[in-house]
Amino acid sequence: MNAAPAGLAELAPASVPAQVDVAARARAIGAGIAARHAEAVDRDGRFPTEAFDALREQRLLGVMIPAEFGGGGASLFEVAAACHALARGCAATGMIYAMHQIQIACLVNHGTNGWHRDLKARIAAEQLLLGSATTEAETGGDIRNSVCAVKPDPGAEHDRFTLAKNASVISYGDQSDVILVTARRNPDAPSSDQVLVVVTKDDYRLEKTTRWDAMGMRGTCSDGYRLEAAGVIGQILPLPYADLSAQTMLPVTHILWSSTWLGIAADAVSRARAFVRSEAKRKPGTTPASALRLAEATAKLQQMKAVILAAIRQYELASGSPEQLVGLSFATAMSTLKVTSSELVREVVEAAIRTCGLAGYRNDTPYSLGRHLRDAHSAALMIGNDRIMSHISTQLLVQRDGSGAFE
Amino acid sequence: MIAGIRSVLAECGGLAVDAETLAINDDLYAAGLTSHGCVGLMLGLEEEFDVEFPEKLLNRRTFESIAAIRDAVRGLVDGGEA
Ligand SMILES: Cc1cc2nc3c(=O)[nH]c(=O)nc-3n(C[C@H](O)[C@H](O)[C@H](O)COP(=O)(O)OP(=O)(O)OC[C@H]3O[C@@H](n4cnc5c(N)ncnc54)[C@H](O)[C@@H]3O)c2cc1C
Repeated sequence: MNAAPAGLAELAPASVPAQVDVAARARAIGAGIAARHAEAVDRDGRFPTEAFDALREQRLLGVMIPAEFGGGGASLFEVAAACHALARGCAATGMIYAMHQIQIACLVNHGTNGWHRDLKARIAAEQLLLGSATTEAETGGDIRNSVCAVKPDPGAEHDRFTLAKNASVISYGDQSDVILVTARRNPDAPSSDQVLVVVTKDDYRLEKTTRWDAMGMRGTCSDGYRLEAAGVIGQILPLPYADLSAQTMLPVTHILWSSTWLGIAADAVSRARAFVRSEAKRKPGTTPASALRLAEATAKLQQMKAVILAAIRQYELASGSPEQLVGLSFATAMSTLKVTSSELVREVVEAAIRTCGLAGYRNDTPYSLGRHLRDAHSAALMIGNDRIMSHISTQLLVQRDGSGAFE
Repeated sequence: MIAGIRSVLAECGGLAVDAETLAINDDLYAAGLTSHGCVGLMLGLEEEFDVEFPEKLLNRRTFESIAAIRDAVRGLVDGGEA
């Protein structure tokens, strides 16, 4: 065993090696096996099995579960970096990983019951994959309203429920081991009084209603299902969904989605840079004209990175203070993050295509950017930006200046 | 004050039920109050009671029941700042 040099050990507290570790392991999988299969995953619209076998093997699915339950205890920053690294190689892999970790964050922050604690240990031990059923056929992207409801099971003891949902999009539903489902608290509750219900493969049945054959993000296999579940009341996360969403699901979703999109943008810029360099080598001594567009793409990429890092910092500063997390200015910051980064990813990829010209437009060159563009277009639609902006504009009617740093 | 709050709730809260039937400790979110509804409710309360809600009161807890709203408004009327 090599002892670390004294100076280095002092500089590196216990969390640092883990951080390097998570990002480095994700980068190796992203640049290796995920990138290698990205084209086939996209073409065939199939689940990125190889990448997820590798993620399981590297124990990266349970990496955000606290160490006391056998997980890696990774921070949101580390997981965001992992989403980015995976998406550089295969956007669908990055997005599935992001969606999985969003569900983990909800469970970790709000799963206080014994049932949830057992599940956390199981996730870490068995590297289970978690999916999400928020979208409902009747309400679409209006995920803060549900039609389906948790029904107390009259045939059983008091503590059991049943739940049926017309879930029009559940990404990787076939591969999921656990699904988190939004529903009304009970059959009499108004549509906005929701809870988040955790069900495992043993508790639910999925009947496929639609197949995902989409422009991009094809490997997410975001099929539609009719979900029927039964379980014990203890499986329902105790905090109302509105609070859970404000404190965890919304900020973590927008941070991890944005990090994934940043990975798409970063790979597009890498390709554009490689193209410009190859042009420069052909005419030594001159800077290719296309380099101007590369500079534009690079500036936008930097902008994207900045908004994401600022949001992660804001989340870190607010976490631990439910009061700040449920405040209006925090919600606005997290919602605008999604809108800004989802527009920027498309702009970056477009600038990269302009840089490469036909070499980027064609599907058969090392600079091909068609898949990146198609994947990037999902960003603005994944909870429609117009829906988010219209919500923000209402909230702004009552917002005040904050009193924290930079406010 | 409670009567004033009820009338603002009925007018601006967009509830699923009649505001007159709610007890003062009933959960307004269970009665259908949404974040959208909160905005209308808050603007209505500011108009009705001539107060201004500061940043730190702009969260779900402030509007969770008629009693919670009463406490917040009372704080604002009495102290300027809650
Ligand atoms: C790759 C991918 C994976 C997904 N995975 C999942 C998953 O695993 N689980 C899940 O539950 N869901 C998933 N979704 C669905 C997603 O969460 C949204 O529900 C979905 O993108 C919304 O679809 P829609 O455009 O039909 O919705 P709608 O919300 O019906 O929007 C339709 C259009 O109307 C606009 N619009 C809506 N409301 C307003 C308004 N108030 N003002 C102005 N314009 C408005 C929208 O911007 C949009 O352009 C996924 C989506 C994608 C793209």
